[in-house]
Amino acid sequence: MPSIPLLKFHRPESVFAWQDGSPISAQRFLTDVISLAKRLPAHSYVLNLCNDRYRFVVGFAAAMLRGQISLLPPSHTPDLIERLSGHYAGLYCLTDGAHGIGSLQTMSYPNLSEVGLMQTPMPEIPATQVAAIVFTSGSTGNPMPNEKTWGAISLSVTAEASRLGILNRGDLTLLGTVPPQHMYGFESTALIALQGGVILHSAKPFFPADISAVLNEIPGPRALITTPVHLRALLTSNTDLPKLELIVCATAPLSRELALQAVERFGAPLQEIYGFTEAGQIASRETASTDKWRTFDGLSLHQKGDATYVSGGHVIGELPLSDITELHSDTTFRLHGRTSDLINIAGKRTSLASLNHHLNTIEGVLDGVFLMPDEQEGCTARLAAFVVAPELDAHEILKALRLRVDPVFLPRPILKMDALPRNATGKLPRASLDKLLQQSKRG
Amino acid sequence: MNTHTDINKTEFEQELAQHIITALNLDISLAEIKPLAPLYGDDGLGIDSIDVLEISLVLTKQYGVQLRSDDENNAKIFGSLRSLADHIQQNRTK
Repeated sequence: MPSIPLLKFHRPESVFAWQDGSPISAQRFLTDVISLAKRLPAHSYVLNLCNDRYRFVVGFAAAMLRGQISLLPPSHTPDLIERLSGHYAGLYCLTDGAHGIGSLQTMSYPNLSEVGLMQTPMPEIPATQVAAIVFTSGSTGNPMPNEKTWGAISLSVTAEASRLGILNRGDLTLLGTVPPQHMYGFESTALIALQGGVILHSAKPFFPADISAVLNEIPGPRALITTPVHLRALLTSNTDLPKLELIVCATAPLSRELALQAVERFGAPLQEIYGFTEAGQIASRETASTDKWRTFDGLSLHQKGDATYVSGGHVIGELPLSDITELHSDTTFRLHGRTSDLINIAGKRTSLASLNHHLNTIEGVLDGVFLMPDEQEGCTARLAAFVVAPELDAHEILKALRLRVDPVFLPRPILKMDALPRNATGKLPRASLDKLLQQSKRG
Repeated sequence: MNTHTDINKTEFEQELAQHIITALNLDISLAEIKPLAPLYGDDGLGIDSIDVLEISLVLTKQYGVQLRSDDENNAKIFGSLRSLADHIQQNRTK
C-alpha cells in the first residue's frame, strides 16, 4: 500500500510554524506529534477543538498516527454533538481551552515543552487511510459524512499550493483568519503546511488591528488566507497594512471591486478559491482581472443534463457541483448562482433544508421557513425566517433555535405569520417570500 | 426578566445604540436597547462574532477606536451598551 510522508518538503531544521512570535522547527513539530500520539486515549474518533492552529495540526497529525479519524462537523451545537457521539462510538474531544463540549470525554492538550527533541524518521501514513470526516448539513438535521483519505488530502492541497505558486516555499508564512475546523481553513491553512511545504502561523486574528499586528510581526514573506467579511473589514479600517505576497479568499462570493481594492492596498495578487464540502477545493480565479474559474491541475468538468460534474485529481469518482455552471472548456467555467439550498455565512455552511427541519421541530412551531435574502453589497447577508407559531414569541423561537443551529444562521428578522403563503401544491414560491420580507422592512 | 428597563440611556449611549442598529440592520427600536442589558446571547441583542466585527468598523470610523481581541476586557467591553460606551469614551481619538 503506498504511503505519504506527514511532511513532504520540510527538512528537520526548517521552520514549520510560528507560535507566539517564536519559530517551531519541523523536528520540534514531529516531536510534539509523536509525544501527543502516545498520550491520546484509545478511541477511534476525535473532535479537535484546539483554537491554536499549531496545536490543531499537531492534534490532527497525532490522531492520524494512531489511526484515529478527526471529525469536522459544520457546527458545535449541543444537539449536533449529541447526534455525532451517538453515531461515532467513543468520540472524544481534544481541546486547548478551559472547557470541553457537552458530555464528551475531554482531553486537554498537554504541555509538551519538556519533551526533548527526538531524532525520528519521517512518519509515513497510508494513502488510503481515512484521516478526516467532513460533514455537510443533511436535509433531515442529520449531518452527511464525507470521508477524506490522507491520499486525497495530499493531492488536493498539493494542487492548491501549486496553483497558488507557493509549493515548497519554505520562506513563506500563511496567516489565516479562518478556523482550521472548517473545510476552507482546514485545507488552506492547516493541511497546506503539511503537504505544501510552507510555514503555518498559529494565530487566528479577528479584528483588523489584530490581523495587522500579526502580519507586521511575521519576518519574511507572508500570505493572508481570509474571507470577504474579514477582507472588507480590513480595507474599511484605517489600520496600517503591510505588503503581502499573496491574498487567498473563499467562503462567499467576492466582488470585483473589493478584490481590486485588496490587490492595490496589499500590493499582492488575490486568488479566490472555489470548492464544496463533498469535493473540497477544485478551482481558483484572479478575481481582480477575471470572472472565469480555472480548475486545479488534474481536475476536469463535464456536463450531464443540467448538472456539471467534477472528476480527476483528489476527487474520487465524479461529484456534482451545487452551483449553476457555465462551462467554457473542461477546465474553465463561470458560476451563476446556486442550484441547491446551500447557505454559507462567514465560512460556516448549512442548508436551508436543514435549517427548516430544525425550525419545524420546535414545539409550538406549526409551520416555518427560512429565506436567504439576495446578496447585499457592503454588509453580510443574514437569514430571515417566517414562522407560524401562535403560542410562541420571536424571542422564544430564537432561544429554541440557538440550541440547534450555529449563531450565524439565526434568523434576523423572525416574521410571525398567521399562515405561510403556500401555493396550491404546498410549495412556497421564493418570490412571495421576498415580497413579504420587503413589506416587513417598509412596514 | 429584565431588571434594567427603568434606567435611561445617556445621550452618547443613544448615539451609539443608533450606530449599532444601523450597522447590523437590526429589526428593533432604539428603546429596545437597554443600557445595562447584555449585548451577547439570549437575554440581550443576541449579537454574534460577525456583528462584533461590524460594530468594530463603526467604532473605528466614528470614534477612532481600534478593538483588539487580545484585550482581556473584551467580554466586559461588550457586556452592555454602557460598558461599550465607557470604553469608547476612554479611548476615542475623534
